[in-house]
This record gives sequence, structure tokens and C-alpha cells, in this order.
Amino acid sequence: MNLALKNPMPIADENAALSSTLPLLKVHQLTKLFGHEKGCQDVSFDLYPGEVLGLVGESGSGKSTLLSVLSGRMPPDRGSVQYAEDSAEDNANWLDIYAAGEARRRQLLRTEWGFVEQNPRDGLRMSVSAGANIGERLMAQGVRHYGQLRETALHWLQQVEIDAARVDDPPRAFSGGMQQRLQIARNLVSSPRLVFMDEPTGGLDVSVQARILDLLRSLVRELDLAVILVTHDLAVARLLADRLLVMRRSRVVETGLTDQILDDPQHPYTQLLVSSVLQA
Amino acid sequence: MDTIIKVAGISKKFVLHQQHDVTLNVLSEISFEVRKGECLVLAGRSGAGKSTLLRMLYGNYLTETGSIQMRHDNRWLELVGANPRQIMAVRRHTLGYVSQFLRVIPRVPTIEVVMEPALLRGIPAAHARRRAETLLARLNISERLWSLAPGTFSGGEQQRVNIARGFMVNWPALLLDEPTASLDDTNRRVVLELIEEAKAEGSALIGIFHDEKARTKVASRLLDMESEEINHV
Repeated sequence: MNLALKNPMPIADENAALSSTLPLLKVHQLTKLFGHEKGCQDVSFDLYPGEVLGLVGESGSGKSTLLSVLSGRMPPDRGSVQYAEDSAEDNANWLDIYAAGEARRRQLLRTEWGFVEQNPRDGLRMSVSAGANIGERLMAQGVRHYGQLRETALHWLQQVEIDAARVDDPPRAFSGGMQQRLQIARNLVSSPRLVFMDEPTGGLDVSVQARILDLLRSLVRELDLAVILVTHDLAVARLLADRLLVMRRSRVVETGLTDQILDDPQHPYTQLLVSSVLQA
Repeated sequence: MDTIIKVAGISKKFVLHQQHDVTLNVLSEISFEVRKGECLVLAGRSGAGKSTLLRMLYGNYLTETGSIQMRHDNRWLELVGANPRQIMAVRRHTLGYVSQFLRVIPRVPTIEVVMEPALLRGIPAAHARRRAETLLARLNISERLWSLAPGTFSGGEQQRVNIARGFMVNWPALLLDEPTASLDDTNRRVVLELIEEAKAEGSALIGIFHDEKARTKVASRLLDMESEEINHV
């Protein structure tokens, strides 16, 4: 990846075998600015299948803008996001998601990608039943068999630890934590390869957060999901992310393995961020 | 051919940007090799950089100069400058680490915490569970605790859960940061047995042991870090 810190030693070619799997996403020089240092600029990285990447930094650092641009929701000023369609062993068809048409981009977001909003109300249909929320992606893919949709809905309610008896209740009748779990189920039902998450535990009580985090952690592993996760909570980042991008004033200032960034931060801003966390 | 780890000329300094850019030079020009079946013990007083060295080997602290080569997947892999995916692969298959403290994940039961390194390698759950149960029993963790999350356990119990987790799989290389600290005699003996078993199975071990008896029992060689000066610039 292009943002690696100074590499004092080149990595020997014989190690190339380790990285032979293709990235799922190639991000190059991505820039979207609303003003001076507002937004994100010159962001480049590769994301691999099954990898959880955390975007951290304080409010206004540009992480949510970056997430919107990465997830196909906001065209960049410049730079590209390329997604590996139908990748085989060492070959992929690279789809430039902003060069692709609107229809293809929407289809991607409903099938192979997912997006978990911070506020579940933004990611759910509040007026229809929990079961219908879960079934929506499958229906968009042409599944019409009622029994099959129902069965899938019950399966996913169970996966996110919601009582199957609630399948016909609307999300309005759910607690915040349950709504968030329902939103997760609604996204995962189409077996996505890549899920974007914007502060998925941000609006929840601490007692509810642990359950969601544990759930996300096991689902990510079981389903071999790649995740791009925005969080300002470094404890959440440590628990879920394999590696981090630290953002400040629209730029990535440091990248690396999550525990290395948190335990041995190099950049002055990362040191400030890590040392500002109150120890509970 | 039996060498597992080759360290050459690594140094470590911490630059504290939030504290007037104070620079702490903790290690300079450390070099050593460790072979299969031996245990290298890091010796030196508190502050000599022993734990720092272990963390550098694990990729938890960044190493900027020198070389750390590890025998991984039948080839030599340079860890200095390696990308996060490579380090994660090394941590999954080659390099284990037992620290003094367990990082607790909310809600995950003890038995699953211990099984995890095996599951990450794709070892079948039933097999992993049997091994985890054996280890927990050997380390005198009461069976009624196995299904509970270790968050509420005593410090000593958490430490033993962490040790069970560390010895869950056969590591080609294993780092031990005071695994016997604050254990009672019975449990200390169990840990020393586990270390001897790992050596017999061909693991290359690097450890810190403040307890003199434990150190003389497990050490194949000592790396004297006392002579390394600590310069606070």
C-alpha cells in the first residue's frame, strides 16, 4: 500500500507469495474537499478479502467523507476506487466504481456491499416488519418465494440474537441495540464481501455496545467479510480492526497494524489521540 | 538450518512528541539468533528494554533500523518493514506471545478465548476444545469458570487463562513475558512444564523471567541486556 511508513528495508521478493491474493478494493489518490482541509485528500490503500480496516481520527478529520466516497455514495474530486469483480486466483475484473454507471453502483451496494449506518433509523425501513427489512435485499435479487424469505428472516434474526417471535414487529418497537442488530442482519443477508460501517456502536448505551461488538467480531470472522469501519472510539478499533488509517485534517497521517498504532504511535497527532483516552 | 529467528542490529527509540519531543533511546544494536528447541532468556534490570524487545519481535512496537528475520512458511521473512498482512500471517502461524495481562473481550467465554489460536489456524473445534480443556485443567482453572467470560476473574486466574491460550498451539517461535510472575508454586511448576514441552516439540523460545529459579530451569542461554546503556537524551 502506498501509505506505508518509511520502509528501511525492502521486502524480499520471496515473500511475495504471502500477498498473492488480490485486493478486493484498490483506492488511489482519493480526494473530496469541501474547503481547506475539509473532507479527505490523497488517500490510497488496498483492502484485502477478510480484512477489517479502521478509519480513526477526531470529528471533522474527514473519516466520514472518506467512507462516503469509498462506498460509492459521493463522487470524488479526483482519484479512483476500484473493486475486484469476479476475482479468481490471480485475476480480477477491476470495476472503477465512479466510471461505472449509477445502476451498477446501486446494484453493488444492494448485493456485494453493505452499509451499516450509525443511526439504525437511517438504514432500516421503520414502517415495515423486521422480517421484511431482512428480506428486502433478497427480493431485490429476485427471490419471491414467501416461505424461503420467511425462513431466511428467521435464520438471520437468530444470528443477531433477536427472538424469532419478533419477526412481524416493526423496528419502531425495538430498542436501539436491537435496531442496530436488525440493520446488521439486513445488510448481511445478501452475503456481501465488503461492508462499510459508520460508528456502528456510536449511538448505543455502553451495556449494549459490548454485545454488538462481540456479534460483529464473530460474524466478520465466520463470513470472512472485509470491513471498512469508521470509529472515533479507539477501544472499538482495537477490538475489531486489523489495521488502521489515522486521519487528521483531511489527510492520512499514519497507517499500520492496529496494536502497533495504538501501543507505539509514531505521528505527533496519533500520540496525542492515543494519550488522550481516559483509562477506565 | 535449525535457526528460527535472526536479529541483527536492531535499535529502538521513542520520540515523545507531546512531551517536547523528548527522545528515549531504549535499545541499541541488539543482535542474536535463536534455534529450534532452545530458550533464550533476556536478562537485565528493570528498564533495560526486555519487554520492549519482545514487543518489537512481535511487531507490536515498530522497528525502524536493523533486521528481524523469521522462519515463516519455510522461508525467511524480514519483519522490519513488513506489511500488516504479513505480520498477521506470522502471528497466526509462526509466532506466539504470552504477555502478563489478558486483554479481555466482553462476553467471550474462557474456553473460547483459549481455543481461538487453534480455530484461527483452521483446527477443528472439537479437537481444539479438548486441548483447551486439558490446558485449563492443568492450570487449575475450575471447570465451572470455563463457560464464563474471564472479565470478572482474579488477576492470577486471568494470567493462567492467558497462558493456556499461549500454549494452545505449537508455535515455531514463542515469546514469553514473565509467564510465571505472581503465580503460586503449583501453577509455576505447570508453566515450567509447558515450557519444557514446547522446547521438546522444537519451539524456539525467548522469555523474560524475574524469578531466578524459573530462569535457571528453562534458560538455554542468556542475553545480557544489562550492558546495553539506556540513554535519556
